[in-house]
Amino acid sequence: MASTPASPAAEGIRKAVVVGGNRTPFARANGAYAQASNQDMLTAALDGLVARFGLADERIGEVAAGAVLKHSRDFNLTREAVLGSALAPTTPAYDLQQACATGLETVMGLANKIKLGQIESAIAGGVDSASDAPIAVSEGLRAVLLELNRAKTLKQKAAAVAKLRPKDLAPVAPGTAEPRTGLSMGEHQALTTAAWEISRAAQDELALASHRNLAAAYERGFFDDLVTPYRGLTRDGNLRADTSLEKLGALQPVFGRSLGDKATMTAGNSTPLTDGASAVLIGSEDFARSRDLPMLASIVDAEAAAVDFVHGKEGLLMAPAYAVPRLLARHQLTFEDFDFIEIHEAFAGTVLCHLSAWESEEFCRNKLGLDAALGKIDPSKINVAGSSLAAGHPFAATGGRIVATLAKLLHEQAVSEGRRGRGLISVCAAGGMGVVAILEAC
Amino acid sequence: MADAYLKLVNSPPASVIAKKLGLPRPTELRRYRRGQPMVPGPVLVVASGAAEGLSGQLSGWGLEVRRRTAPGEKLGAIVLDLTTVSDPRELSEPMLAVGASLRDLAPGARVVSISRPADSASEPAAAAARQGVQGAVRSLARELRAGATANGLLLADGMDLADPGALGALQFLLSGRSAYVDGQFLLVGPGADQLPEDADRPLAGRTAVVTGAARGIGAAIAKVLHRDGARVVCVDLPAAGEELAKVSNAAGGTALQLDITSDDAGARILEHARSRYGGLDIMVHNAGITRDKLLANMDQARWDSVINVNLAAQLRINEALLASGAGQAPRVVCLASTSGIAGNRGQTNYAASKAGVIGMVGASAAAFAERGGAINAVAPGFIETEMTARIPWGTREVARRLLPSLQQGGLPVDVAEAVAFLAGDAAGGVNGRTLRVCGQSLVGA
Repeated sequence: MASTPASPAAEGIRKAVVVGGNRTPFARANGAYAQASNQDMLTAALDGLVARFGLADERIGEVAAGAVLKHSRDFNLTREAVLGSALAPTTPAYDLQQACATGLETVMGLANKIKLGQIESAIAGGVDSASDAPIAVSEGLRAVLLELNRAKTLKQKAAAVAKLRPKDLAPVAPGTAEPRTGLSMGEHQALTTAAWEISRAAQDELALASHRNLAAAYERGFFDDLVTPYRGLTRDGNLRADTSLEKLGALQPVFGRSLGDKATMTAGNSTPLTDGASAVLIGSEDFARSRDLPMLASIVDAEAAAVDFVHGKEGLLMAPAYAVPRLLARHQLTFEDFDFIEIHEAFAGTVLCHLSAWESEEFCRNKLGLDAALGKIDPSKINVAGSSLAAGHPFAATGGRIVATLAKLLHEQAVSEGRRGRGLISVCAAGGMGVVAILEAC
Repeated sequence: MADAYLKLVNSPPASVIAKKLGLPRPTELRRYRRGQPMVPGPVLVVASGAAEGLSGQLSGWGLEVRRRTAPGEKLGAIVLDLTTVSDPRELSEPMLAVGASLRDLAPGARVVSISRPADSASEPAAAAARQGVQGAVRSLARELRAGATANGLLLADGMDLADPGALGALQFLLSGRSAYVDGQFLLVGPGADQLPEDADRPLAGRTAVVTGAARGIGAAIAKVLHRDGARVVCVDLPAAGEELAKVSNAAGGTALQLDITSDDAGARILEHARSRYGGLDIMVHNAGITRDKLLANMDQARWDSVINVNLAAQLRINEALLASGAGQAPRVVCLASTSGIAGNRGQTNYAASKAGVIGMVGASAAAFAERGGAINAVAPGFIETEMTARIPWGTREVARRLLPSLQQGGLPVDVAEAVAFLAGDAAGGVNGRTLRVCGQSLVGA
């Protein structure tokens, strides 16, 4: 069994703080950003961040970002976005990809570099376009083309071409199906949702809360310094401020239809395919202080987990259920110690399965090896400024959205209540993975 | 937006035809570029007195000074010292001397008169002479061609020409920064400490806030203030954030997305400037909207929104600035409009707001001066922007070609230059005034 470090971050390691964030409004796929590439959107997110914090022509320690749906030409996506942005061209960058955890993992990787003193400042980000998705040639055509390239004689070339079949000419579009199971993410979650007996009503209520919370946050100007409009969109295109339980209840199930009457997952309580980008400015305390930049929250620690969904031992999106208790144990914290809990709403069912799991003594004993249930989370702490069901979920951009949102929530609370609150982030990802993190108000 | 006629008429064949037909022949104006001389040739000084001090000042700026023209030499400027006239009959000799040199002016030359305000004269004859100067110089401005302008400084009684405030205003009027300022008189009083050390970066070390910075004139102001050395906070509505970010990055500043009509706008602007830059030195109220309708068809929403954005928001933010406690009050520059001076059909609401700005500026001057600051307004005439590009062609041609002496619309940068001047130490003697940037348009003249 892999060991978990017993103590919090080692003595003498300095802090990494969130200075602020910026994102484009998220757009439903094939909507406002249908003509925008990943590079376009990431550049826009960077430029908005640069403008917010006056970083034009500045060299940042490092920029890391990524995309889940990525063209092969975008091998240096982040560096290319930096070159197209207002940042100094001497700013290095790297790409990272960890499915839907990409955005959160860029924050963590760069925060660690800052904590170790390798860099003073960094921008973590992510972007995804479901509209401008890469379309590949079929494996058959690819094999033929490569063989044709290797062929030297006319006879060899003819032999290669002769292997081509009509079906090879059909293009291959990316899907959200898991390579090892062939099931889409939604179908996987439908199984988990059914296994935990999560009701349709509970899922619709969570979706409604997400829309209401996001709309209220926009109304009070919460996103004025977190979002920069892009291509005519000023708010998230998926947000339905006027939705209701009646409207959500009228939708037909789209996942788990083989379950018949027990199918509960609709387009209303699942995230839609979305386009958008996000970026988060982080730095050492010295970096922020020397430039009179705000310090919203400290990036305390993170934990990644993975589950064996291939053999049916756990649900595809349940890895955070394992990562959270490990992270809490490392810091000797319970849910009571947190003021805000951000659980990425891939599906309403994902969030509710996690809550049920942590409340289940059986799960916590048998699967997590704990003495008792991890506990119940006060619903008023969860996703208080809305989450992916309302905002949408451009895969790699979600982590940056959540980190910036949580950091600002913690900062607001610190200013109004004069105390340093704590926030927990939980993000599930394809491949049976999950990344979770703790932020603390500065 | 581009003035195609201006480009065409300055091409070789078309310029000949236009001259033959007597068509308007506007010239590309001489605008400020870093490193270029202040004026495009020697300066002729015409004075009723000895004018040694004035000549010395001009020489000190590296200008060649002449007391009479040399044959064949093109003059960059004529400076006309009329500070001592006390009788209308004293005007003939200096005015005729200027007249004799007008044909020697280089393209883009400047004529600047320096005289005293009429309303503070003790004798009717002196007041008549002083007021006469304005009529003469304004008419002269209408006679000048090839981008040359004529403006006047009104030097408060008792002030010496060597006062930094007088010199700062004189430099502005001579330089390319005043390209579209024509036929205007600027009252300069005491209060200026010294001229900026670096004439090319007069706002170095200052922090400026520009509202409505996402596009048009506001974007130009942000860029000119940055060019002049200021750190710029660019403010606009959250919905204009994409353009705002671009302007802000081009100006090396920060973008602040907020609605200036919200109650806490002043507090948030101050907080941003303080926390990021340690304070606020310059406040430019540029944000403005139009909701045109004939008064007979006007509704309350149109009327109120224009007053709220263009005037009420400025008043509230100024109150916040004045109430912000110890330390220097900023230099405030507000955008008015010639519509607020002359009135404009279909713009009762807009003209009310812009005339209101002029009134507000005059009434706020003392309060800002008390705290070491100042407040002034710039009233643009026809400026080539996306907004004026939507005016119907005929109306637009009249506004840009026939009404202004310079026979063309101004550019956003022309307004921005005037704003930058009023925001800096060179305008230390200017407070409570409204400076028109209109190419001497007949509107409101």
